[in-house]
Amino acid sequence: MSLSRRDVLKGAACTGLVLASGVNAQARDKTLPPAALGILYDATLCIGCQACMSGCKRANKLEPDPSGNESLWDNPTELSTKSLTVIKQYRQNETEDKAQTVKSGFIKRQCMHCVDPACVSACPVSAMQKDPATGIVTYNKKACIGCRYCQIACPYNVPTFEFDKPFPQIVKCQLCDHLLAKGDIAACCQVCPTGASLYGPVELLKEEAKRRLALPEGQVALFPANDIRTGRTVSHTTAEYQQHIYGEKELGGTQVLLLSSLPFAKLGLQDLPEESYAGVSENIQHTLYKGMILPMALLAGLLYFVKRNER
Amino acid sequence: MRERDIITQRLGISRRDFMKFCSATAVAMGLDASFAPQIAQAITAARRPPVIWLHGQECTGCTETLLRPSHPTLDHLILDLISLDYHETLCAGGGHQAEQVMHQSIKENEGKFILVIEGAVPVKDGGVYCQVGGKPFVDTVREIGPKAAAVIAIGSCASWGGIQAAAPNPTGATGVPAILKEQTVVTIPGCPPNAQNFLSTVIYFLTFNKLPALDSKNRPLFAYGRLIHENCERRPHFDAGRFAGAFGDAGHRLGYCLFKLGCKGPVTHANCPIQLFCEVGSGAWPVGTGHPCFGCTEEGVGFNTPLFTQAKITIPTPAATPPPITTEQESQVTPLATTLTGAAVGVAVGAAMMAGKKATSEDEE
Repeated sequence: MSLSRRDVLKGAACTGLVLASGVNAQARDKTLPPAALGILYDATLCIGCQACMSGCKRANKLEPDPSGNESLWDNPTELSTKSLTVIKQYRQNETEDKAQTVKSGFIKRQCMHCVDPACVSACPVSAMQKDPATGIVTYNKKACIGCRYCQIACPYNVPTFEFDKPFPQIVKCQLCDHLLAKGDIAACCQVCPTGASLYGPVELLKEEAKRRLALPEGQVALFPANDIRTGRTVSHTTAEYQQHIYGEKELGGTQVLLLSSLPFAKLGLQDLPEESYAGVSENIQHTLYKGMILPMALLAGLLYFVKRNER
Repeated sequence: MRERDIITQRLGISRRDFMKFCSATAVAMGLDASFAPQIAQAITAARRPPVIWLHGQECTGCTETLLRPSHPTLDHLILDLISLDYHETLCAGGGHQAEQVMHQSIKENEGKFILVIEGAVPVKDGGVYCQVGGKPFVDTVREIGPKAAAVIAIGSCASWGGIQAAAPNPTGATGVPAILKEQTVVTIPGCPPNAQNFLSTVIYFLTFNKLPALDSKNRPLFAYGRLIHENCERRPHFDAGRFAGAFGDAGHRLGYCLFKLGCKGPVTHANCPIQLFCEVGSGAWPVGTGHPCFGCTEEGVGFNTPLFTQAKITIPTPAATPPPITTEQESQVTPLATTLTGAAVGVAVGAAMMAGKKATSEDEE
């Protein structure tokens, strides 16, 4: 087989054309499902009672997660295989944050149920799935091969792996989807006494979050509690909000939205770009491998040089 | 005769006291106090429902607790609220005469009487370990049980065997629900149970003509719906980590949590901390007196777990203070592991160097 210089150049030009047309053809349809369900956590309403943690343990049949020498309490410090949600507390450091007017604040950590989840993108066997209707990110233990890519891919450090078990699974919040079938809502929102954890369709929750951000500080207002659709309300004095809905735009948005009067960075939630990591990596990968043209061109090129140098 | 006069005459108490009792009973059952008139009507109804009270393997503590409350007219009420046709401890008659009365009552009131069973039922060797009138108790229960309108097992023994059923259980002691499997047997466990819980169950049945809501072990939810731990007056000490370490130590004197002394409150369902005993005021329950809960109302805890053994907490609740935003994770590498790994690497490096030297010197030769 002999390749003329002319043929190689022709092939290269064609490949270039295909690539050029392919780069922008990777539009991924990753928008919020219309019936997406989520949670609005308002840290200004949270009293740190941790009823959500107890409720979560009961609903998901989780073991106690003690820390330190005392094993009497359920006392997780981070999300773990035994704790799908954790309430953490920010306490002002007198030397470092002197200017801070808010001295203490709570934050609820759990799976954010991303609109474009990195774990689903990273999973090689589709064990992590995003429900097309509710948008809940679920885990299928039967498909899982235990590679833990999801754990590494997650920008919020949520999935955990049962390293201590002979047949381990990935453990993360699945928004109590086993209760949804029974007509119940997520256990953490069911038990929340103040309405700090509010369950409902994400679109309604977003509207509610925007309404709260617009409320003037120090005014008594009604806040929906448990499930935004039931109309149950609790009255609270409004706090000064950070004008930012965490999860509205972070990495393409999440179905768990957070409000706080403290900067989110203080609560361990980093500033994140608007484009999802899954989108960036998938664009690169899909562009490189689109139609296998680029790999084929590379192979052809290599073959050409091998052939040429044979004699 | 007016209702007021009937009550005054029959119960020997004023109408006012009687209505107060009815309201208190309604509240104890978790009902609104507005149910009091309905309860009063049920209690004063002309026809009193007959009750047959059987005793098996027991200490008569349950009967004692029922007679004990200091409410002035509770005993009156029990005797007048129900027609207690047969009760071995309280029977005036005895022997065949008493047996005859019981059978007569059962025959006349089949499907209408309330059967209360106190004590466990031994089943080993044909049930010969407990016989009344020459008849094994197990046969009596099987015979009378299906004829009753409602069966109530009072006390831990009747509920699941109690102390008789503790290992090695030489007589094969069994609870009534395990004998009368075809029926719903309401259990009022406790050693002794709170008389108020028993009374409330009976009054609920008389008022609404149905049994109250029950849990998976057939205990009335109004009394056994929550853990003792949830309503315990010492709970704040548990949450704050303040424990009595020994009887009489500083913590014990200050009324700290008794968990470390073996309190079974975190695994035992009962209303002891709110119902209390003997109507003598606050603190009149085991933990209130400074003694750990024994878990007598919980099958598998009372008479099974040793008194001073710490309970295994199965329903976890978080500690009082949430963790900080970031927690320093302890290093998993121990000094011993570091030493051993270092030694192994050293040996390997040394061996390689020696081998290399040897090879070089061989080449030179």
